Amino acid sequence: MSKIGVFICHCGENISATVDCQRVAEELSKVDGVAYSIDYKYMCSDPGQTLIKQAIKEHNLTGVVIGSCSPRMHELTFRKTCAEAGLNPYMCEIANLREHCSWVHEKGEATTEKAISLVKMLVEKVKKDHPLTSIQVPITKKALVIGGGIAGIQASLDIANCGHQVILIEKDPSIGGHMSQLSETFPTLDCSQCILTPRMVEVAQHPNITLYTYAELDSVEGSIGNFHVTIRLKAKSVDPKKCTGCGTCSSKCPQKKIPSEFNAGLGTRTAIYVPFPQAVPNKPVIDKEHCNYYQKGKCQLCKKVCPTDAIEFDKPDELLKEDVGAIVVTTGFNVLKTDFFPEYGYGKYKDVITGLQFERLASASGPTLGEIRRPSDGQIPKKIVFVACAGSRDPAKGIPYCSKICCMYTAKHAMLYQHKVHDGESYVFYMDVRAGGKNYEEFVRRAIEEDGVKYVRGRVARVYEKDGKLIVKGADTLLGGAPVEIEADMVVLATAGVSNNGAEQLAQKMHISYDSYKFFAEAHPKLRPVETNTAGIFLAGACQAPKDIPDTVSGASGAAVKVAGLFSQSMLVREPLIAVVNRCAPPLFSTCVGCFMCETACPYHAIEHEEIKNRNGDVIKTVAKVNPGLCQGCGTCVAFCRSKSIDIQGYTNEEMYAEVVSLLNN
Amino acid sequence: MKNISSNVTDELQAQTGVKVERCYQCGKCSAGCVLAEDMDYPPNYIIHLLQTGTKENLDTVLKSKSIWLCLNCENCVGRCPMEIDIPKVMDFMRERSLKENKQSKAAKDIIAFHRSFLDCIKFTGHLYEIGLIVGFKARTMHLWQDVKLAPKMFAKGKLKLFPEMVKDSHNIKNIFSKTKK
Amino acid sequence: MEGTSREYNESVLALGNALDIEFEEIKDWNCCGATAAHSVNKELSLSLPARVLALAERQNFSEIVVPCAACYNRLTTTQYELAQDEEKKKRISEIIEMPYDGSVRILNVLQMLQKYAVDSIAQKVTNPFKHSVACYYGCLLVRPHKILQFDRVEDPQSMDTLMSAIGANTLDWAFKTECCGGGLSVSRTDIVSKLSGNLLKDAKDRGAEAIIVACPMCHSNLDMRRPEINKYLGEDIEIPVLYITQAIGLALGLEPEKLGIKRHFVNVNLI
Repeated sequence: MSKIGVFICHCGENISATVDCQRVAEELSKVDGVAYSIDYKYMCSDPGQTLIKQAIKEHNLTGVVIGSCSPRMHELTFRKTCAEAGLNPYMCEIANLREHCSWVHEKGEATTEKAISLVKMLVEKVKKDHPLTSIQVPITKKALVIGGGIAGIQASLDIANCGHQVILIEKDPSIGGHMSQLSETFPTLDCSQCILTPRMVEVAQHPNITLYTYAELDSVEGSIGNFHVTIRLKAKSVDPKKCTGCGTCSSKCPQKKIPSEFNAGLGTRTAIYVPFPQAVPNKPVIDKEHCNYYQKGKCQLCKKVCPTDAIEFDKPDELLKEDVGAIVVTTGFNVLKTDFFPEYGYGKYKDVITGLQFERLASASGPTLGEIRRPSDGQIPKKIVFVACAGSRDPAKGIPYCSKICCMYTAKHAMLYQHKVHDGESYVFYMDVRAGGKNYEEFVRRAIEEDGVKYVRGRVARVYEKDGKLIVKGADTLLGGAPVEIEADMVVLATAGVSNNGAEQLAQKMHISYDSYKFFAEAHPKLRPVETNTAGIFLAGACQAPKDIPDTVSGASGAAVKVAGLFSQSMLVREPLIAVVNRCAPPLFSTCVGCFMCETACPYHAIEHEEIKNRNGDVIKTVAKVNPGLCQGCGTCVAFCRSKSIDIQGYTNEEMYAEVVSLLNN
Repeated sequence: MKNISSNVTDELQAQTGVKVERCYQCGKCSAGCVLAEDMDYPPNYIIHLLQTGTKENLDTVLKSKSIWLCLNCENCVGRCPMEIDIPKVMDFMRERSLKENKQSKAAKDIIAFHRSFLDCIKFTGHLYEIGLIVGFKARTMHLWQDVKLAPKMFAKGKLKLFPEMVKDSHNIKNIFSKTKK
Repeated sequence: MEGTSREYNESVLALGNALDIEFEEIKDWNCCGATAAHSVNKELSLSLPARVLALAERQNFSEIVVPCAACYNRLTTTQYELAQDEEKKKRISEIIEMPYDGSVRILNVLQMLQKYAVDSIAQKVTNPFKHSVACYYGCLLVRPHKILQFDRVEDPQSMDTLMSAIGANTLDWAFKTECCGGGLSVSRTDIVSKLSGNLLKDAKDRGAEAIIVACPMCHSNLDMRRPEINKYLGEDIEIPVLYITQAIGLALGLEPEKLGIKRHFVNVNLI
């Protein structure tokens, strides 16, 4: 005998503005099986929940239907309320009277009738409901961090310091990311590598962190608490156990003119190389695409000169399988190159460079050892023009957003230039100066007031070369739009921050969302900035959007805490709304015939084979079994099963038919 | 009285599709405009005057030299990050300026040239250089301008004495009368 | 085309002849209205080009070649605008008293050469044009890019490619698409002197022996107005200005007379 309680919420005015809630409650009280029916202004509030709990106790309710907002909002809330009152939480159902009714219809008789039908439908379902218990799934207390820039390094250290194992993978030969390419960081003008390299070494030496460089994610399966990842360890052609990092191989390598990625194309490297002197690990790799041996079958000079015989050619990539409980994605970003800009020369002028290339010029370990020199002729420029917003805030170029960090680093570049070239002149063409962080505004003022950087408000229409100089045609909008022409020795474009190469493919492999700019999407832009919509996968750093170092580090620590929080539970509690294959008494054991169509259908590989044996150990029949840790309750198997042997708990066929019949009978 | 609003921006949007609110005054248009030095108000200033939405500033635009100097070379809109069609705005303002008789005196010659050009087409359907120049001189009284040019052009065979008339001149005249403002 | 830009017409026809391209003139065509029309009367500026296109349709032309860059720009822009707005299309059709469909394909001279002659040109060269040239596109051939969809907006290459094919050394220079002063030739000759002067000077500084153009307005400004330009610059620059069709014609061994070379104001004294 069902004794169902019906609670109709006004949701303030959200529902009551178009639905006559009082009438709905009255009509429902007449339904067979409903023992108690009321309406109230805010069901989810404290007094509202108290009302429900009291009703459950007083009337010995066996089930509850709440007519309210979408279950996505408060199903959890109300189920907890019922649990606190001693009623199995899965005997509580939500009728969506807001998103499915009051919000989409006009006020009137028909709307109220629809609301009544909806609640009646759920009452019939509750009559068929069974109490269910949550599933407990073991958690693998190991995290995978993808991307070894400052975000990945920070996240790895934080998780490792909580006592958990971390696997950090990085696709380049060394960790460090873009931060290792910077000369000095704003607003403190700290030497970037000086503050970064200690952390890089800490990562390499931490007992809880296993670092794989020159490695990428190959595939990922499973779900939160139980991911099965395959990591591709690309063949380095160098045995790290034997290599001492002496550097003899790179000094002898005949391929010397390869544009260096670390120097943003301004310097060169060899085919067997360590990207930069402070690299972690400080062991070289061979770039197969430029190596004489791999391309033409010749050379092998490195192998001949290596004192420890560490060179091993023709080793295949290794695929490493690991089980992890959580994944943190910290793959970073990229900046546009100069060839993106038709009006600045399509990339053909050597002295028109990007901000990142300027960092390499300014850096003491860069191609010019920290002296600002023109890439074309090596001369020291006497006049530099910095162009802010090159590509950013430009819907015509497909990048309407602001890249956030350029105003600050442009001020920094101009300051560094003035510090290094005392008689130099620098101009910054800007639209707005965005300096919202701590000590940021003061930093920019310092550039203008103390270092003599000239700020001109206007954008640059075009840059062309004449007689070795770059003619910059800009405008000063604060002087009414008057054209300003400058003959510069160098032009630095603060190019837009964009998503990293391969971001889309990685997101698809991991089933995480991304936006139209291929930046990864967080679960909620304000309240859940380090989680994705995929449980167990977290984000941090510039892979979400261009970001400065303080925000990146905050986010990385935030993601680490989420991981540590997950790992702090002994078991992962999952909702029991998953598929189950029926079992019954011998000799049938189950109506399942073992066709395993469900296994083919399941996108989560959650169907396993179960052998049913007799007392002698002989197999009587093999039937399907659902792995409760993997099943996501999508229901595809239920649709496929021809013998109706598999069903979703909480959404069984019987329950769903009850709803449909109720609707038809109305 | 200041700050009386005009609703020209609505009309502008309806007729040309240009939304002046989109302009964030970056100045790239003026930076690349080859005529900007000679204009009284460079292109971004013109757009800003329209952004304020006041009748007084609209008048400033209609009376400016800028709108008559703009050659529709499209350098501005080609580089504008917001793709604001400034040449279309200029066309609209030019037509409006003539309609309200607010055209700048400094643009007298330019307007006279346009008018003479169109007269030629109205009567012959083609560009008849001699007719154009004669009409221009009559309107502007620059009687001696380019006088040395004519014989040289004629000697090089570049000056036709008689116009080539379009056969369906009736059609052309109708086009003119139907679009007369 | 029988007046100021007579030699352009002559060279296009002569070149067409040499490349086995046959031209048929649209009967009873009219002037497109150029700058004057769109500056003072929007509807007129759409009607005049529409009439030309309607005539072409009626005379069963599926494709037309428009040597003048300004006309090419006006015709293509009109076609685009009327295609976006059915109401406008109907109204303009009423004004011109002719049915208008908007189905004619419009090509400029460079596109015509690219489509019909680019392979044969290199083979038929008898007199390689061994000079350093600055190819000047002017403003109306490549902009507005969204509508014309031709070449690239900054630093276009189509003319350069054609000139390279006939043996020329094409220079990289800074004023490829900057306006020459266009329609202000008569009413504000001072501005034309400045704008055309600046671009002529840059071409000279880069070592150009000739400037190649594809627009009669640009040619007229750079050629006929040379005395005024020289006065503005304070120096006598004698670099000749040739139409692309004339340059190719010379390379193919056609007679200078047939190409109208003698009609230029600035003598073409290329060795």
